[in-house]
Amino acid sequence: MIGEGTKSTNQRRHSYVQEHVEVGFFTDPTVCIGCKACEVACKEWNHVPDDGFVWSGNSYDNTGHLGASTWRHVMFVEQDRQKGNQIVGSHSLGNGDGEDPFRWIFLSDVCKHCEDAGCLEACPTGAIVRTEVGSVLVQNDVCNGCGYCVVSCPFGVIDRRPKPLPDAGGAFKCTFCYDRQKSGLVPACAKVCPTESIVFGRLDDLRARATHRVQELHEHGYDDAQLYDPRETSVGGIHAFFLILGEPEAYGLPPKPQVPTIYLKSAWTAAFATAIAAIIATLLAFAFFS
Amino acid sequence: MPDESRLDQLREEAWQKGAVTGRGVDIAGGPIPRKLATASPSGGGPGYYGQPVVKPPVWTWEIPVYFFVGGFGGMSAVIALAAAIFHHVDLVHTAMWVAAIAAILSPLLLILDLGRPHLFINMLRVFKPQSAMSMGAWILTGFGACVVPGLIALELHVHQVFGGTVDQLLRVAAGVLMFGSAFFGMLLATYTGVLIGATAIPAWFLHRTLLPIHFGTAGLGSAAALLELLGHRIAALNFIGFYAAGIETVLLIWLSLDKHGAADRAIHEHRSGWLIRIGEIFNGPLALILRFFGLVPFAAISFLIGALVSRFGWIAVGKVSGSDPESVFAAERY
Repeated sequence: MIGEGTKSTNQRRHSYVQEHVEVGFFTDPTVCIGCKACEVACKEWNHVPDDGFVWSGNSYDNTGHLGASTWRHVMFVEQDRQKGNQIVGSHSLGNGDGEDPFRWIFLSDVCKHCEDAGCLEACPTGAIVRTEVGSVLVQNDVCNGCGYCVVSCPFGVIDRRPKPLPDAGGAFKCTFCYDRQKSGLVPACAKVCPTESIVFGRLDDLRARATHRVQELHEHGYDDAQLYDPRETSVGGIHAFFLILGEPEAYGLPPKPQVPTIYLKSAWTAAFATAIAAIIATLLAFAFFS
Repeated sequence: MPDESRLDQLREEAWQKGAVTGRGVDIAGGPIPRKLATASPSGGGPGYYGQPVVKPPVWTWEIPVYFFVGGFGGMSAVIALAAAIFHHVDLVHTAMWVAAIAAILSPLLLILDLGRPHLFINMLRVFKPQSAMSMGAWILTGFGACVVPGLIALELHVHQVFGGTVDQLLRVAAGVLMFGSAFFGMLLATYTGVLIGATAIPAWFLHRTLLPIHFGTAGLGSAAALLELLGHRIAALNFIGFYAAGIETVLLIWLSLDKHGAADRAIHEHRSGWLIRIGEIFNGPLALILRFFGLVPFAAISFLIGALVSRFGWIAVGKVSGSDPESVFAAERY
């Protein structure tokens, strides 16, 4: 077994920051009960301001999406599909009879802490850094709110906090509870999760645990269970990865996320070519039409 | 103050009641009628209640205006250098003034758009080639550091404020600084295309090659148009006007042929699509036709309007495309 084994360290003290061990979150919707303890704990611990009370009508999700003031977001996905070996009843809410497969999936979304992070690459001030445990952290006192990270995140996680919220103008996202981790504590969301749907631990342990869990689910008839950890794209894998049932699109997750720096080469080539063409055209204009 | 016992309490509450309520995350009373999660409220492909997958840009009017000002300012320095080489003394003077005004306006516009303007100086805290925003900050700094002293040296030389050796030194300094201005200027006018091209916004990154060509050429044409309107009706600027409007016409055709379906529909539909089209027609075919018939001032005005409108258009496209989950899915499946 790798590291500490496949057990979580959700309720244990640790010294990963001091030991420079890569850690992560593994979030498993098949055991999530949609209690939102992670959202509440995150907001309370990190003093994240409330950003409005909106009744969305989208199942029990009134948070909407991750953003500057939402660092954990529990999704409520309703699908007319069978869940595992679920017995499909005839007590339909819809047409009253016949088979009516339905499943309700909860998934706690969070910053992915990419291996190759778009926000970190884009940040012109150096406010966004990589920590000892491999997470991506925004230094609030350095960020001047240019907004470039917002359009550079392939997952739409980071955002600029609007006025009149406290600390407005800066970019915010999940800190991976870096303050807690430095003191040997577990991130607040993982600590409060009653079913260990959010598991905090060493990245290698989590990957082993996740692979095992997917096998287990397949054995129990959850044929569409898969891991969401885009390691084959330029993002190079994520440190907060997910088990999902069905396609990533249903969770608002991009199927093939790319770090935008891969577009730099072609864009700069076009820029230099345009600049040189402009100089030549201007010199020719003056040389022949003077 | 939250502490560890509060977190234990939350965990207990979740376990006991199955739900935890708190400020900002309240669960509304149920039961809520079933609502299948799809890409858009009207149904369509897979998605999560039409929620955006990437975040649309938070930039406001300052950024497109900066793209416009930085574009004509940067290319104006290029024209100034060429004019200096071919001894158009009056034009050098005007072009350097245009560039210097742009060099002062541009940082002001950028600072105005920052979420925390008082921390603007942090832009020069690091030098980061992999960030187009960082490179832009340095390009703009280099441009300002060349254009403003360059213009001062030029003015002192032209008005013969000092004589003898000092004047000779000023002449050399003006020459070197104008060379630097042209170098940073051509980058200033084009890097903005890289800035929005190398992002996660589908309609932008799918056109990352077109964007720098468009922004740079629009900058060159705007600089020539502005100088013409300032009284320099010379054949060389007219040629540049033809060149820029010609390239913009080609780009208009390129954009209408190089369609990516749902991935870049923001360019062809919505209000953003209209802004792009109006901008491209004004600085492409319309400016070309007006110039062809010798209506130089009208061609110049048409080009300037087109260049400004299309900058607003591209930012609008980013907002529409970034808010459209299906465009992200389509771009990645492409």
